[in-house]
Amino acid sequence: MSGDQAYDELGARLKEFEGRPAAVAGVGKDPVNTAMIRHWCEALGDTNPAYTGPDAVAPPTMLQAWTMGGLTGHRGRAGAYDELLGLLDASGCTSVVATDCEQEYLRPLRPGDEVTFHTVIEEVSARKATRLGTGYFVTTRMEVRVDGEPVGTHRFRVLKYAPAPRAPRTPRPRPVVNRDNAGFWRGVAEHRLLIQRCTACGTLRHPWLPGCNSCGGPDWDTVEASGEGTVHSYVVMHHPPFPAFDPPYAVALIELAEGVRMVSNVVGVPYDKVRIGLPVRLVFRRYDEELTLPVFEAVNR
Amino acid sequence: MRAGDRLPPLEIPVTRTLIVAGAIASRDYQDVHHDPELARQKGTPDIFMNILTTNGLVGRYVTDHFGPTAVLRKVSIRLGAPNHPGDTMVLTGSVEATDGGTAVVRVTGTNGLGTHVTGTVTVTLPAEEATP
Repeated sequence: MSGDQAYDELGARLKEFEGRPAAVAGVGKDPVNTAMIRHWCEALGDTNPAYTGPDAVAPPTMLQAWTMGGLTGHRGRAGAYDELLGLLDASGCTSVVATDCEQEYLRPLRPGDEVTFHTVIEEVSARKATRLGTGYFVTTRMEVRVDGEPVGTHRFRVLKYAPAPRAPRTPRPRPVVNRDNAGFWRGVAEHRLLIQRCTACGTLRHPWLPGCNSCGGPDWDTVEASGEGTVHSYVVMHHPPFPAFDPPYAVALIELAEGVRMVSNVVGVPYDKVRIGLPVRLVFRRYDEELTLPVFEAVNR
Repeated sequence: MRAGDRLPPLEIPVTRTLIVAGAIASRDYQDVHHDPELARQKGTPDIFMNILTTNGLVGRYVTDHFGPTAVLRKVSIRLGAPNHPGDTMVLTGSVEATDGGTAVVRVTGTNGLGTHVTGTVTVTLPAEEATP
């Protein structure tokens, strides 16, 4: 395929960047300092006393933070890395996500340390198809120094990729409406949950059927459900994912207050909070222009 | 500290605030870590935690357990399922190997989507604490 051909040619060009510098004599924008250490510890909830007080060291995992360009970027970035990213951007691989980080800490960094760094493009992968889209993994290796002495190394891998086009949302499957259950769906359209009742013996039944399971009587009328119920049983759907649904989600067998049971969704509550016996109440939820379904919300009783 | 020792799990509520605060504290202004609309345009349902925050949390998990005298030597992580707001990440770990005062700890962080992070942390303890 010509598309693949183009990618192969691109892949060969990208490969040539291996070994070229990504940053030469980069300089950290700020010296290691207590304010940035404190902000980091606050954000991450790290209360380690080693990071505060007169003898404070920086959290070792901040290594990369001292080398970041922030909002305005770095002056010291070498041409090769920009060229590599430019080629990838031009090929449609405009998005980036980090996948791997390997750091070695040779000595702790302390407030006042002024960081410099050198980065080499270590490896560019062949074209890979991923869940996010198709792209290339780019691995760089950075040496971080203070006063010329190595203090740590930082190997970093990013996926530079063309975002997979988002498929148009598939609508939920339509209910199959036939002569036997049309009355039920007419009720739903009016936001009424109708239960069939045998006019011969009075037994309620759901789902709708042409005759009574109890006495065989063919005649029926309806009772409108109060909407109160409890979860009689449930499953949580994780896999396989159906296009119209957003797993994980709970599918429940709801026991209505009237005594019949129906399969529906429990909504408005995390799937892992659904429990047998959970009190629920009927709501009519509109899923698209043509589809409204009776589903159930958890209630506090 | 022996090979096979398990670290108690650490539950991290992945709030929008944690994701944004972690990104900014690590000087990472990539829009996917703070702007939901731009994140969606890049094919992800919402913002997600940046790798530096995950790296920091993995380091914190190990030093929380071994105490302030423990010194991190190496942290290597690989990311999988993203940490989106509203999720909870549970970090678990076990000591894979020891060598004198140095331990290699295997760490896994799982969230509602699956495995967010796997990694190994090499940590050194002062001599008197390494041998109980």
